[in-house]
Amino acid sequence: MTTEQKLKAKDFATDQDVRWCPGCGDYSILKQVQSVMAELDLNRDEVVVVSGIGCSSRFPYYMNTYGMHSIHGRAPAVVTGLKIANPDLHVWMVTGDGDGLSIGGNHLLHILRRNVDVNVLLFNNEIYGLTKGQYSPTSEQNKKTKSTPFGSLDYPLNPLAFAMGASATFIARSMDRDVKHLKAMLHRSEAHRGTSMLEIYQNCNIFNDGAFFSFTEKASKPETAIFLEQDQPLIFGIDNTKGIRLDGYKPQVVDLEKDGFSKDDLWIHDESDIFKAQMLTRFFDDPSNDEGTYFPRPFGVIYQVDRPCYEDQLHAQVAEAKTKSKMNGLDDLLQGTSTWVVE
Amino acid sequence: MSDSIQIKEEVTIKFAGDSGDGMQFMGNLFTENTALKGNDLATFPDYPAEIRAPIGTMAGVSGFQLHFGSKQIFTPGDQVDVLVAMNAAALKANLNSLRNAGTVIVNQDGFDSKNLRLAKYEKGSNPIEDDTLEGYEVFKIQLTKLTRECLKESSLSMKEKDRCKNMFVLGFLLWRYTRNLESILTFLKNKFAQKPEVLAANIATLKAGYHYGETTETFTTTYEIKKATLPPGRYRNIMGNHALALGLITASQKSGRPLFYGSYPITPASDILHHLSRHKDFNVKTFQAEDEIAAATSAIGAAYGGDLAITGTSGPGLALKGEAIGLAMMLEIPMVILNIQRGGPSTGLPTKTEQADLLMAMYGRNGECPMPIISASTPTDAFDVAFEACRIAMEHMTPVLLLSDGYIANGAAPWLIPKADDIEAIEVKFAEPREEDDPAFLPYKRNEKLVRQWALPGTKGLAHRIGGLEKEANTGDVSYDPANHEYMIKIRAAKVDKIAESIPAQKIEMGEEGGDLLILGWGSTYGVIQSVVSEMLGEGASVAHAHIRYIHPFPKNLDKIVKGFKRIVIPEINNGQLVKLIREKYLIEAIPYNKIQGVPITHGELKDFVSQVMEIPST
Repeated sequence: MTTEQKLKAKDFATDQDVRWCPGCGDYSILKQVQSVMAELDLNRDEVVVVSGIGCSSRFPYYMNTYGMHSIHGRAPAVVTGLKIANPDLHVWMVTGDGDGLSIGGNHLLHILRRNVDVNVLLFNNEIYGLTKGQYSPTSEQNKKTKSTPFGSLDYPLNPLAFAMGASATFIARSMDRDVKHLKAMLHRSEAHRGTSMLEIYQNCNIFNDGAFFSFTEKASKPETAIFLEQDQPLIFGIDNTKGIRLDGYKPQVVDLEKDGFSKDDLWIHDESDIFKAQMLTRFFDDPSNDEGTYFPRPFGVIYQVDRPCYEDQLHAQVAEAKTKSKMNGLDDLLQGTSTWVVE
Repeated sequence: MSDSIQIKEEVTIKFAGDSGDGMQFMGNLFTENTALKGNDLATFPDYPAEIRAPIGTMAGVSGFQLHFGSKQIFTPGDQVDVLVAMNAAALKANLNSLRNAGTVIVNQDGFDSKNLRLAKYEKGSNPIEDDTLEGYEVFKIQLTKLTRECLKESSLSMKEKDRCKNMFVLGFLLWRYTRNLESILTFLKNKFAQKPEVLAANIATLKAGYHYGETTETFTTTYEIKKATLPPGRYRNIMGNHALALGLITASQKSGRPLFYGSYPITPASDILHHLSRHKDFNVKTFQAEDEIAAATSAIGAAYGGDLAITGTSGPGLALKGEAIGLAMMLEIPMVILNIQRGGPSTGLPTKTEQADLLMAMYGRNGECPMPIISASTPTDAFDVAFEACRIAMEHMTPVLLLSDGYIANGAAPWLIPKADDIEAIEVKFAEPREEDDPAFLPYKRNEKLVRQWALPGTKGLAHRIGGLEKEANTGDVSYDPANHEYMIKIRAAKVDKIAESIPAQKIEMGEEGGDLLILGWGSTYGVIQSVVSEMLGEGASVAHAHIRYIHPFPKNLDKIVKGFKRIVIPEINNGQLVKLIREKYLIEAIPYNKIQGVPITHGELKDFVSQVMEIPST
């Protein structure tokens, strides 16, 4: 066995210059991924980082592990083939809102339902960065961009509701600016066996600066974001004075000081509850809406369930077929059942 | 009882009926029985794209043509000797392919007024009653009635009973060609093991058909076709897609790499997925992807992980896979892309054959992206070509495009089964693990064949990044350096060109080098060219046949061969594609012969054309 020293975060960095724009949220995510890999004591030789195309997809070049920068939107299929070939690898897939939800939406849908054991990091910045600022599938409506001078018409996609629809087994959300939370979610993603869908709100300071500031900045964050913890009540607000309760099937924001409810009345978070998870993914309001009423945006693990991985089941089928095979080698296969001999 | 057994050298039969009449099933069963009898054979299934096209119409006619004989059989036959027509539309659609004085066996019950109307026969006329069939030998059998009669005790529904009528015809033909029923009975018992009622009905009808021939005095003659003289050895009857699948498994076994097959169902390639998915016991992992692109990119992932990775499709799918194939070229990882061609463009003619994707295979990717292309010429050749494609892919670290087509895919032929031990192993060497102190791993360092190493994730000390951005030579780092880009474009092309040094020389299949006329083919025109050249050589003409398996790069000696003939004719089932490549590469005048009708070129058509060319005085 090796007596090598435990790797540090910097051991997961390559000698390549990181070429994201100064101030990009991607830097934080890169750093947290590197430090989490060190904390997990992952073997660099067994880690593969695969991406598609886009700003976030440059990620593999900066990771001193195995890596592939593939083509636009197709990383979910690449990692599926890779895990089928070698289920022992630790595979991380990096994608963005354009790569994963627009051109690659179909593949993302299918990897989620197949439950291939891969950590999917979806960097959502609600804009196309690499092509210099067109709206993305997650951009809000009426967004004025280079390609939509009169405002965008497309209704925005809700990535985690999409993941629920695809029967994903792990659904979580974090943000580039909350380092501690992001690291915790990366740990959870790696711990989950199956496709871990982690959406990370990431600021594009060039083309969409501040898209998530209401959720990520100190001043507004307590009122707009809610951090989920297993078995804990859904509480938020500046002094933790607000909560979510269920009135029958309807979620309701309550003020613990004014509305006459106590913590015991609140919704208790249960990651394994698929119905509650459905609701949490639908907490998707824009806090700056005209009515001033909104559900806070949930961060944390929204849903987690254990379900067999695709590649494990495939390898089990192969193993079973080998055990049950009546074929005695390649000659049997080539001959088939009806043959004749020419003398 | 029959009065006499007549010996025949060859026969062509066409089975034609509604697409729900089981014509393909019956044709394949009769073919299998023919093969076991020791005849040489070629088949041509021809069916509509719709699974159940409107019953009784011309559009719904499904055909299966079988040419078998005691002599060498090259093609499914131009004209048929015996036409089996299950209804009026089937007769109308196929009568023009029946030779003079040929035999027609019709299902009399398929010519009622409704059938006649659907087949668009004029009101009041019935081809089996009027003089339409004058000059032919006609047997009218009340198939529906006889089948129902035979199954009157069966508990099957009327619809299920009627579906057995193909067995009646099959039984009758087996009697007519002095066969025994054994292989068919064994097959049916396996197929319907879980459905005893259906099995009993099929067997009863099959036997009834057989005895009908024996006991009905109308039929006085039976025919026998002696065994063909084939090279000694053990044979089986095999269809092209099946042979191709076996070739892939063999390459996997002989290289020790597990087989990964990523595919999205598409006609006529789906049967490869079906065959492979049954053989997980041979370490085969099949993945039915969500689309063509995922099929190709999952194969790229599997190849990166160390599997023998294959993706299979037909033309529309190849169009979708283009970007992924470019990535595989850039990554320089082994992968085989199967394109079982069909009529195009767009959805085109899904169930018909064509060779029109050659130029897409050559040029159908963005950027300068030449890649190895190899093509199958017959159903049995598909085995060898599949194996060879895998060998080239792994030995040269490159994606390889394999071209087959619908005619090869669904055609059947007797196959001299190779012995596993006689097949040479494919040597696979991965990059070796490295220690900290070893010099840095250079993923794009090349050997004398210009091939980089296959470095598997999980190997100690080889962590490296690859991707679709231009690579710096040796290091594989991203590079936008102008000179490096030109260098890499040229070295990738040179690597592919170098494959010409490890492939067999182009051979002349038939005839002599340096004659008056060379018929140069590729793919499924093999049989018809053989047939024409064989006949013309017999007539004393100075002709030869060469067939290109390695389309890119061409074998080195092809230059000398093509320049050695006075004239070259290139027949293709497209609008002239190989002819462009030959003209461009060798700057010679080559004469195209093209047919783009979704069906193979016939012997007569090609012979007429070649004969005309030969009559033109040479300058």
